[in-house]
Amino acid sequence: MAAPLTLLLIVAVTIRAALFRSSLAELIAERVEVVSPITAWKRVVEGLALLDLGVSPYSGDVFHETPLIIYMFHFLVDYAEITFMLADVITAVALYMAVKEYNKQVFRKQKFALEADRYPMDSLELIRSPKEMYYVPLKVAMFYLLNPFTILSCVAKSTCGLNNAVLALFFLSTIKGNVLLSAIFLCLATYQSIYPITLCAPAMLYFMQRQYIPVNFHRVSFWWFIVQYLFMYLGSLFVLICLSFFLLGSWDYLPSVYGFILSVPDLTPNIGLFWYFFAEMFEHFRLFFLCVFQINVFFYTIPLSIKLKEHPVFLIFMQLAVISIFKSYPTVGDVALYLAFLPVWSHLHRFLRNIFLVSCVLLACSALFPVLWHLWIYAGSANSNFYYAITLLFNVAQILLVSDYFYAFLRREHHLTNGLYLKRKDGSEATLILK
Amino acid sequence: MGLLSDPNRRRALISMLTRLNAPICVVCYFAGVAWFMGLAFEPFTLRTYMSENAMGSTMVEERFPAGERALATGREFAAHKKKVGGMPVDWLVKNMQDRGLEVFTQSFSRTLPFPDENKERYIVKGTNVYGILRAPRAPRTEALVLSAPCSPGDNNNQAVGLLLGLAQYFRNQIYWAKDIIFLVNEHDLIGMQAWLEGYHHTNTTGMSWSPLQGRGGSIQAALSLELSSDVITSLDLVLEGLNGQLPNLDLANLFYAFCQKIGVLCTIQGKLQRNDWDSVSGYNHAVQTMMLMVMKQASGRPWGDHGLFLRYHIEAATIKGVNSFRQYKTDATTIGRLLEGMYRKLNNLLERLHQSYFFYLMPSLSHFVSIGYYMPAFGLLAVILLLRALDLWVQLNTPPSTTEDGVADIDQVRHTLLSVLTPLVISHLTGVALYALPIRFQETAVEHFPVSETEAVVLTAIAIYTAGLALPHNTHRYYIVSTVPDVRGWRVLKLVAVLYLAVLLGCTALINFSLGFILALTLVPLAAFVTPHVPKVLSAFILVILSPACTLLFSVFFFQELQDMPVSFQDGWLLYLSVISQGILDHSLYGSLVYPLIALLVYPCWLLFWNILFWK
Repeated sequence: MAAPLTLLLIVAVTIRAALFRSSLAELIAERVEVVSPITAWKRVVEGLALLDLGVSPYSGDVFHETPLIIYMFHFLVDYAEITFMLADVITAVALYMAVKEYNKQVFRKQKFALEADRYPMDSLELIRSPKEMYYVPLKVAMFYLLNPFTILSCVAKSTCGLNNAVLALFFLSTIKGNVLLSAIFLCLATYQSIYPITLCAPAMLYFMQRQYIPVNFHRVSFWWFIVQYLFMYLGSLFVLICLSFFLLGSWDYLPSVYGFILSVPDLTPNIGLFWYFFAEMFEHFRLFFLCVFQINVFFYTIPLSIKLKEHPVFLIFMQLAVISIFKSYPTVGDVALYLAFLPVWSHLHRFLRNIFLVSCVLLACSALFPVLWHLWIYAGSANSNFYYAITLLFNVAQILLVSDYFYAFLRREHHLTNGLYLKRKDGSEATLILK
Repeated sequence: MGLLSDPNRRRALISMLTRLNAPICVVCYFAGVAWFMGLAFEPFTLRTYMSENAMGSTMVEERFPAGERALATGREFAAHKKKVGGMPVDWLVKNMQDRGLEVFTQSFSRTLPFPDENKERYIVKGTNVYGILRAPRAPRTEALVLSAPCSPGDNNNQAVGLLLGLAQYFRNQIYWAKDIIFLVNEHDLIGMQAWLEGYHHTNTTGMSWSPLQGRGGSIQAALSLELSSDVITSLDLVLEGLNGQLPNLDLANLFYAFCQKIGVLCTIQGKLQRNDWDSVSGYNHAVQTMMLMVMKQASGRPWGDHGLFLRYHIEAATIKGVNSFRQYKTDATTIGRLLEGMYRKLNNLLERLHQSYFFYLMPSLSHFVSIGYYMPAFGLLAVILLLRALDLWVQLNTPPSTTEDGVADIDQVRHTLLSVLTPLVISHLTGVALYALPIRFQETAVEHFPVSETEAVVLTAIAIYTAGLALPHNTHRYYIVSTVPDVRGWRVLKLVAVLYLAVLLGCTALINFSLGFILALTLVPLAAFVTPHVPKVLSAFILVILSPACTLLFSVFFFQELQDMPVSFQDGWLLYLSVISQGILDHSLYGSLVYPLIALLVYPCWLLFWNILFWK
């Protein structure tokens, strides 16, 4: 399996290198769908210039990345293209290894269950075979590396690619069962963009499942593990924040990075839901709706964790999707990360209901973004409503996609315990309806 | 969400859609065409009305008196033009200075990628002369443009004369709140392009020009004047700009309102308005006018010197004087008064024209069809593609009766993937060749064949286009040796192609409705019916007939027919060749998008369907 992966990596890097050399790179780096005010490379360069002049990079309202990123690029600015390609490669390899390990676990678990005769006879066709699982890790890497969204994001040198790499490493260390590394990578991701904090829940659930700690509020071992994990997580967060402070010598970056993410002052259009609402809103409602919109990202953690406490890896996927839909400055790079997980759930295909509709809508929206942008900004014949309509449609499609996968996952689990061909009490065939 | 989550109702809906797929598609197609034809029927259209409050009433008093003097200036200009053998720059500069304008010149030069045989030019050098009348009443942040081209021969002398006459008259008025720029541009659109790029500090097409020495404020609106006789019978309004962009409808309304007020006959597409909409001939007339607009818009080229302004957010139109054999004549003073009135109204603008429509079709100057009315016609055609795609999806998802084991399944998937990717890549490479090679290889072609450069470019394009037909269906022979009969392959390819076409046409129709609609009209039926199992020869013939190149050929004949200038096949063919060369030139000179769109996207998409027909 190493050979196809290497080939894939070579192809992916070649495509990126070719695009970096072409005239398209500049065009892509300007696209609002690809870069947000936080992740834009232009702004990082500006921050670097300020830093070189001995001015705080956060003076002015241009640079909003974290101090660590800017110090990293202080040394790597000449190798920026390689850095971003490397980040993509790391993400892909980490996802590849993680999914491979995860598949092994799934298979082992399935074997135990089979041996214990826990599955009803007629649901045997839902059992996953090693043959069909064999290519899944490679497909995941391929979905990430060859996804046009990832390529665009990498060519635009959006720092979102780095965040994705950290998240992928977090995923890998979690799957491998390394609690400390998992906490550290999660903390790095949180440090960069806040929202990954919601991934704490699936990570802890996963470790507890792995170490046979029951999820029970009355058990000491449960609380003890949570305290341990949070200690590592918060400890490294504390170290990072202090490190940033010592690097810069001021707390400027706190309002400029986290305040910027949470209070959404920059209303440049993007593929998210925030900009249009807050551009239209009366000022005195702003705080209230800001809270409503931001809570949206965090709130789903609770019901999802309760429902999926047996399946923390699927929960990670759901959380990543929710973050990339509801975060304040989403870009296509965020979307690409959770789309890479889709091959892992390829066994759910028979239960998906709207996949055709949703993929058509996503495809059409991706093509319409630049067209409507052109009509709005260059031709002047359309207006922001046209563009927002597409944004809205894009997000609705994403939500439908995610909820469709959620439903399919639950339905498969239901069939695994209750049998595939459900009968009503009177013996006629029953269908499941989601209400 | 009932429909999305209730499996029974979904199943019923989907089975209905797949069972009745073909009839629904046919109905949709005819409904789309009928809807489109209905757009020209007057009761279904809206009357134009002025949306912009600042231009609301026509209560300005036009006093321009000096028509005769303007014509005399025009004759003087003609004499100097003949003497110099081109643009009489010094004379123009002196005359504009005498009239109290700040005068500047801009020189430009441009080598065309290949000689333009219609206008007989290859290496173009020229000078633009423009004078700025500074606004006495306001800070000079906004400007209006009046332009007249300096054309070869005896054309447009009166336009320049009237422009100078108006400059002199405007200079003495005190109410101007916007700078007015009087521009005489040489080599029509090339000069205009140089001037606009110079004015806005952009360079999109690699033309060389000297930077502008003087500027007004940001340009709010522009009119281009074409006038070749001392008296005219009617004024024609030209709206279609680059890439089918149209100015705000209020500009057309303004023109119409003043024509009504002053009593000048006005036309659009050279067609007078008629009042007998309820008769067959009246309806025919409206359809003709609208179809002319559709054809012109679809061509994506600027149909007057105003066409390039639109790219810079400047509302612009060309006004053409027509002198035909009608009794009723209008003199230059009246046209001067009309322009004075329009400029005074534009002078009142507080913000850019934006109140009225940007997307519209006009079956007559007093009626229009807005985007909300014409889009359903396109939507009905596009929905056919979606229905076909849904049908294919359902067919693909119905599992075959024999269950296969995992190995075969994976092989099959890889097989399908490969057999879909190959035609996709190859047809796009053909498209890239069609786009890039004709200009690249013109020298080689001229060396080896007895043709001129222009012919070489056009014939190379046609040759590549034809060669493309032979390419793709030979590509998937190599790996058909596999034991599994490939039933999914063409369906997957067709699904991809149909969705591709739907997205492509949708995007095109948003930017340029007419082009999108004409392409949909020919490509949609082809996309809907083609499978490997239809009779080969007949379908291949139909496919070729409906291909983009043939669509263009028919459009040329149809356009001539609409203009009441039918041509013989021989002339039509020559015209067709020149249209192709013009399309390529428009792309490299002004950045028109039609040629790359056809070559890089539409043609490869059509090749995919060609490929499906010859699937083995």
